[in-house]
Amino acid sequence: MTIAQMDPAVTLADLQASKPDKVTIVLLSGDMDKAMAAFIIATGAAAMGMQVTVFFTFWGLNAIRRKGATSSAKDWLRQMFGLLNKGGADSLPLSRFHFWGLGTKMMQKVMQQNRMPGVPELMETALDLGVHFIACTTTMGLMGITKDTLIEGIDQFAGVTTYLAEAKQGSVNLFI
Amino acid sequence: MIQADVKLDTLGYFCPMPIIMTMKKIKGLTLGQVLEVVSDDEGIKKDMPAWCDTTGHQMVGLEEEKTKTGTIYKAFVKKTK
Repeated sequence: MTIAQMDPAVTLADLQASKPDKVTIVLLSGDMDKAMAAFIIATGAAAMGMQVTVFFTFWGLNAIRRKGATSSAKDWLRQMFGLLNKGGADSLPLSRFHFWGLGTKMMQKVMQQNRMPGVPELMETALDLGVHFIACTTTMGLMGITKDTLIEGIDQFAGVTTYLAEAKQGSVNLFI
Repeated sequence: MIQADVKLDTLGYFCPMPIIMTMKKIKGLTLGQVLEVVSDDEGIKKDMPAWCDTTGHQMVGLEEEKTKTGTIYKAFVKKTK
């Protein structure tokens, strides 16, 4: 029995010649720890001279929403949801031990004492280093989030195709 | 002992801050100058050579110094591009 040799989608030689140095990250989570991981990777890659794009979708949008921003939707269901789903980079909850805010506050304190940058600082560094931010328009529409309730510096308001067009050229693709 | 032209203190900072600070600092240097990055994060032993590999700068050396509070790492990077 012979094993058929399959043609790889991309040959190693092509890959080496094109030197892909693009990183794309999908941030779906609105948890503080996960957002931190996303921004640490994003800033680290940018510092290495790589081109980085972060696609913010669903709960991940909370990282780039202004603090205290609510839903602009007219129907009460989405308005209620907007009240419950708080945005703001400095108010993201921990994925574990949030304890109604107490655990997260304690973690923020520990980070401060150890000179560890939090999500707002990491995000600012990312923007400073030229990391591209894409906000998912589908989720924005679903949750009644408008452009004026997001932070400044969002490069594009787009959907999955824009993300995939970027990711296709990337050598590192992460879903967080 | 490696002689550095410019020194960068990143003591107390964790990954990725020392690398980001290095990247920003090295922009202001002239070709051939050596930057000394002082850090107490052990990760820098591996991270700095990796950063140099990717960016094309030259890792000149790494020194370790034991102090009362812990080990201090000195990474020497030569600006080559």
